Amino acid sequence: MIEISNLCKSFTLHNQGGAVIPVMAGAALSVAPGECVGLVGASGAGKSTLMRMIYGNYLAASGRIEVAGVDVARAAPREVIALRRQTLGYVSQFLRVVPRVPTLDVVAEPLLVLGVPADQARARASDLLARLNIPERLWPLSPTTFSGGEQQRVNIARGFAHAYPALLLDEPTASLDATNREVVLSMIDEAKARGAAIVGIFHDEGARERVCDRLVDVTGFTPGLAA
Amino acid sequence: MTDQAYNFAYLDEQTKRMIRRAILKGVAVPGYQVPFASREMPMPYGWGTGGVQVTSACLMPEDCLKVIDQGADDTTNAVSIRKFFQRTAGVQVTEATAEASVIQTRHRIPETPLREGQILVYQVPIPEPLRFLEPRETETRKMHELEEYGLMHVKLYEDIARHGQIATSYAYPVKVEGRYVMDPSPIPKFDNPKLSDNAALQLFGAGREQRIYALPPYTQVVSLDFDDHPFEAGKAPHDCDLCGAGESYLDEVIVDDAGGRMFVCSDTDFCASRQAVGHRGRLSPEEV
Amino acid sequence: MMEGSDLSIFAKKKPQPMASTAPLLRVEGLTKRYGARIGCADVSFDLYPGEVLGIVGESGSGKSTLLSCLAGHMAPDAGRVIFDTAEGPRDTREMSEPERRRLARTDWAYVHQNARDGLRMGVSAGGNVGERLMAVGARHYADIRTTATDWLGRVEIAPERIDDRPSAFSGGMQQRLQIARNLVTGPRLVFMDEPTGGLDVSVQARLLDLLRGLVREMGLSVLIVTHDLAVVRLLADRLMVMKGGRVVEQGLTDQVLDDPQHAYTQLLVSSVLQV
Repeated sequence: MIEISNLCKSFTLHNQGGAVIPVMAGAALSVAPGECVGLVGASGAGKSTLMRMIYGNYLAASGRIEVAGVDVARAAPREVIALRRQTLGYVSQFLRVVPRVPTLDVVAEPLLVLGVPADQARARASDLLARLNIPERLWPLSPTTFSGGEQQRVNIARGFAHAYPALLLDEPTASLDATNREVVLSMIDEAKARGAAIVGIFHDEGARERVCDRLVDVTGFTPGLAA
Repeated sequence: MTDQAYNFAYLDEQTKRMIRRAILKGVAVPGYQVPFASREMPMPYGWGTGGVQVTSACLMPEDCLKVIDQGADDTTNAVSIRKFFQRTAGVQVTEATAEASVIQTRHRIPETPLREGQILVYQVPIPEPLRFLEPRETETRKMHELEEYGLMHVKLYEDIARHGQIATSYAYPVKVEGRYVMDPSPIPKFDNPKLSDNAALQLFGAGREQRIYALPPYTQVVSLDFDDHPFEAGKAPHDCDLCGAGESYLDEVIVDDAGGRMFVCSDTDFCASRQAVGHRGRLSPEEV
Repeated sequence: MMEGSDLSIFAKKKPQPMASTAPLLRVEGLTKRYGARIGCADVSFDLYPGEVLGIVGESGSGKSTLLSCLAGHMAPDAGRVIFDTAEGPRDTREMSEPERRRLARTDWAYVHQNARDGLRMGVSAGGNVGERLMAVGARHYADIRTTATDWLGRVEIAPERIDDRPSAFSGGMQQRLQIARNLVTGPRLVFMDEPTGGLDVSVQARLLDLLRGLVREMGLSVLIVTHDLAVVRLLADRLMVMKGGRVVEQGLTDQVLDDPQHAYTQLLVSSVLQV
């Protein structure tokens, strides 16, 4: 489902004397449907960078990032957009929404974009929010005023609203209490069971052991750090 | 008494030729506003300078002129203009619609049907029907050019939204031969149906705005409306109190301080002719 | 001429699939000079159905000139602007003026930064929304009013305000009215020039939410010019960065903002005040 080979990335800081910072070289990764791969490595080793590159958020310098047959490293923007809508989900650590939009609609939006009727999309969003223990009285409110943990759960609900065949999870269980952590982990299990290919970053070791089929240390892809 | 100090009908021949060319162009393109080099006239703008110039360019020594203001031959504006042409052109004048060959009018079409060979000259204050909604002349010209007349209906829409009906009761916009939208000058909408298929030549002159437009005889003129709010040529629901006419346009006249009022034909010639042949209304003087 | 009873076709439009193969708008080598000075130079891009393209840059970068040239308000000196009309792709520069103006009031819409430029301030809200309908031949008052009422609702203006003039509206309401007036004929391409400029932050958010919903429901393609990076992040699928009349970078909105490649874009992104 996700095939990465020989992926390189560097940042050029034009406004700081054109400094070139190589951050990744020769990265390779393969994730099959139903498989969950955990990215590990020290802070700054490039876990998030790799994940953002898979999502098309960071531009690859060279190499291939194939997701469901689309090479994200070379695809036209609108192909990436289509991929993100239908195939590739992403739960980031940050919730970025239009202020004042109700939580229920924030969660339903990925389905609405796909043309799912509004009532069905909202029903699905309600199920997820209830499961993640977001009190119903908060659903009509914008999540921008929520606590960190609540925002994180809204973000997860949004990321799981559509059954993406491929999912990127950046610290999905951080800042969650035991109950909600358990809910999220079982949601990940269910996604795997329906055949989703998942790439995740988990600092929480217990979570990592519970859902990851194997681990990939990105330190090996970091120029200067790789031996 | 003709004043020999002026050329026939006041304007010099070159000016009249210029105006006639504008008139001919207007006749050739019914409803289209033809620019012309309007002259200073010995009367203020708003008193019919456009109509007077058109009349001047049309008059021949053998013509018989009638001038009306709001249908009446005896109001200041009508009397002044009639005297003006008597003095500068020495033409015959009349109050009888049927006898006139040229009729200059402000705000009315005579009740007596016009015939072929007659010319009806309208005084026009603002020739551009789109002006109140679109202040830019460049844009309104473009809209006429491209037949973009949706805006005209916005005006009528606003009427209905505000008053429950099309409240425009005069200067009601019309479409000429399915092409140009035209302001018929501030005639009451009661007169609008008379614009269409009229046997006379109808000429419109706007002096201050320097525009002339025309309706050749038997031109099709349609008043704009909505499917569910069709055009209606309304008038006061009364008969003339002097001649008893039920189908003529009426003026309301307050007769005392106690709310007393009467309705009389606005067309004085029409009313007088009817009385002359014995028609009587509610308030007609007793026979002696 | 369209019959009044057919107004319902404007009420809702089916979203068009994102992956549609033919671009709705194809721009090739568009150039506009003001004497020796460059307005915009050699701009090329494709816009597909349902796509929102943001154009950002500082004042004087040529983004407004570009929008004016694309919308036909200004004649470019060179280049082609090919729009996928009902009769197939046509260069709008080669259209006759009546054709272009017809396009401007049916398939296209233009939302001005200042609502006063896009509204008739002396005409009621209903008349403002109804004008485009009447311009394409609607002649049934009740139908026009029903459609206008529906649209006021869609842009969150209370139906009882239908007979009020825009001068009695707040800035945010005026902007929403302008959007209703533009979208009532179900356009396919919308030009927006700083649509949230000059509005309070809370009003901006409401407008952005509304625009997102309409874009999704109607499958609109949008070209939005703004200097507000937060606005494009929330609204635009793709981003074009302009400087000195030229496009210096374009790509996915979040990619351009999070991983800018060009020196100017890096400066632009790093100059945004964080809240």
